[in-house]
Amino acid sequence: MATLTLPVEEKKKVQEQEALITGAEAIAIACKLANVDVVTAYPIRPYDTVMQYISQLVADGEMDCEYIAAEGEHSQFEIVKHASVCGARVFCGSSGVGWMYAMEALTVTPALRVPMVAMVGNRALDDPGAFGVEHNDALAVRDLGWLLTWVDSAQEALDTALIAYRVAEDRRMFVPLALSCDGAFLTHSQALVKIPAAEQVKKFLPPYNRGDLLLHPDNVISVAPQANEDWVMEIRRQNYAVTERACDVIREVYADFEKTFGRKYGNPFFEEYLTEDAEVVLLGMGTMSTPVKVAVRKLREEGKKVGFVRLRWFRPFAGPEIAKCLERFKAVGVIDRDFSFGSPNLSGVVATEVRAAMYTGASTRPPVLGFICGLGGREVTVPDVEEITKSVFEAAKGKAQPLTQWIGLRG
Amino acid sequence: MGKLLAVEVIYRGVFQKTLAKNITRGVVLAAHNEGKLGLSFGRYGDAPERNGIPAKSFAIVADDEQTLEAGMAQYEPKQVDVTVVLDDTLSKGTESWAWYGLQPVHHALKPGHTLIVLSLQDAPALLKSIHRRETPYKLGILKGVTNFSGMWVYKDDHTDVRVLGAIAKALPELVGLKAVEQFIAEKLKNELKVTSAVLAFDRFKTVEVKAGEGNPEDLPKFELLKWEDMRQGVSIKGQPQGGPYKNDVTREVGGFRPVRNELFKKYSTRTQRPVVNFKTCTKCTLCWLNCPDASFDVTPEGTYDANLEACCGCGICEDVCPVKDCITMVNESEFHDNKSQWEAFKKNQDAYLKWLEKTIKEAEPEEKRAHGFRYRGQYKEQVTEALEVAHKA
Repeated sequence: MATLTLPVEEKKKVQEQEALITGAEAIAIACKLANVDVVTAYPIRPYDTVMQYISQLVADGEMDCEYIAAEGEHSQFEIVKHASVCGARVFCGSSGVGWMYAMEALTVTPALRVPMVAMVGNRALDDPGAFGVEHNDALAVRDLGWLLTWVDSAQEALDTALIAYRVAEDRRMFVPLALSCDGAFLTHSQALVKIPAAEQVKKFLPPYNRGDLLLHPDNVISVAPQANEDWVMEIRRQNYAVTERACDVIREVYADFEKTFGRKYGNPFFEEYLTEDAEVVLLGMGTMSTPVKVAVRKLREEGKKVGFVRLRWFRPFAGPEIAKCLERFKAVGVIDRDFSFGSPNLSGVVATEVRAAMYTGASTRPPVLGFICGLGGREVTVPDVEEITKSVFEAAKGKAQPLTQWIGLRG
Repeated sequence: MGKLLAVEVIYRGVFQKTLAKNITRGVVLAAHNEGKLGLSFGRYGDAPERNGIPAKSFAIVADDEQTLEAGMAQYEPKQVDVTVVLDDTLSKGTESWAWYGLQPVHHALKPGHTLIVLSLQDAPALLKSIHRRETPYKLGILKGVTNFSGMWVYKDDHTDVRVLGAIAKALPELVGLKAVEQFIAEKLKNELKVTSAVLAFDRFKTVEVKAGEGNPEDLPKFELLKWEDMRQGVSIKGQPQGGPYKNDVTREVGGFRPVRNELFKKYSTRTQRPVVNFKTCTKCTLCWLNCPDASFDVTPEGTYDANLEACCGCGICEDVCPVKDCITMVNESEFHDNKSQWEAFKKNQDAYLKWLEKTIKEAEPEEKRAHGFRYRGQYKEQVTEALEVAHKA
């Protein structure tokens, strides 16, 4: 093979490497591979690990970018917003209340069509000042035009970060994207990850081209002028059009990812695990997939036909596809690592969305039970999942079950 | 399902952070040479680390992906196959700052498995500190001076590979010596380190510790409340102020002792402790005022007794005390209880003062291992000191 005779440095360019790294480190490496131009940072756990790794890459001379330590999260997101409008590929991120502190900057980016990629290291909102994972931080922007995706392994974090730039910077999109990683379980845990070669990434990810929206002396435009009722509705409709196109673009990018790197993710929007012959399924996002999969295998050994659907993309929410997937089961249990106090049926965010999707998209409507579990970083345990599954099977048999249950709670 | 094996490394926060991480990463990468898969992670609640506060790092290794999954998505394995303790003063228990209570050092160790302690002491001495338990286990001592460094520096004295060698001996089904050697040669690229690992492997021996053998002290127990029994508004009750207390020896009532949290002890952070000369004390109050943990009890005579249940061993009292040798920080590993020094002083003044003199002479820490670096250039000095210690040994 020709590659074997290449000098080491040349080999690195074309060969995949394997490394023992955390999810945060994987995203930092993705930023290097994506040749990000501007990175802004402000520390908060668990997001801060990614800014530490990027600064390390810069210090070691492996990555060349403007690395700006901002004076707070609000500035952090404002700086990349402006850099992005001027044609820079940007990266930033935060966690928990840090993300919320940037909220004003987060709300303006979708309308300005800024394709920033942000990593949200999911963390419980204060108070109490807990470090553990809860999904309410990232979900706070769910109605605003951001794309939201959740990953469950360091490998998927790296791959999805590359996919994120392709999706967000697609001219049909140009919207911000938050890549959510569960605090601790993903951000701080080192796993073996395959790092693609820079040459491959180059093939997959073209340079960011802002085209007619570039803020530059050679392209004289004014961004974000004052506009009132004569204009606002049409501006909103433009963002709505992005969400209409989003699923198709994402499908395209995943297909191209598979062609370039050879790693298959199948359906981009959700992963199905042992669902072919399942009577009931559980559904959730993020690293809860690990205990759920272990529990599903255990329950199957006991003869209980249960499967698992892991949602990857929450925005866009692939409603029709999810409804089509779920209508074939006798009952569905949605595990929310979040809350939505006062919502219909007092369920979590994901359960409420799934029910809405089922109402219009499904030909039959199996009961959809909501379970609130693993808040504030509490582990979702195998016994928790067994308890959930038991209730879902009861619902499948037609026995009435509460629509929302708290699992793993003392009391 | 294949085999799932877990290693925990208990270490001193900040000072041994890089060391612990190097060890758990080393376990995973070495086991990967045998075709196994693994994960390495620090206990999430321990970070951001505080100087000297006990912390944990883990490696889990499995034959296949599905088995590995069963060990993931946890903050820490509930049971481990090997526990490594990187500083012998941790034998007294571990209390992390994201509080899980004060736990014995073999808290998660499976029955019959190996506890590896890096120490210059022997097993009987260590078992005065390591708590008794209901199941037997093996205790292996890796002889060596404790490796302490700082946030930005790493003291590369081969402790990392020596521990890997000991682990390969204690639990060959986790990782064999050959795989460890291969990892060191290929990833660390240091032949001398390969030799260190092999020597540690060859020399590593264990003793059986029977059920019930060890420090008889009972650790505080606590209950986590149900949601409906907890106070609302994220609030907790404070401690009352405290007041005069009774001396167990003299039956005297007097002085002042603040009420302290009975469950939160802080002493497991200590690698040095203050010893007090009550005779030369001028009652100037500086130690009492400056102690960040209010760990001094005011004695009925107006002197200050370091309460060793509450002292975390920071050494500020020694720094602020204006009297020569009135408060001296000494090596914690010489001690196996937290008894009051003032009571000992009241019992027999002459005996106490003699003991004090001897302790200061013998237990003043030679390698100054506690609390990192107080000034620029201290690391350089420590290299010379460490060499001297090595030559003496």
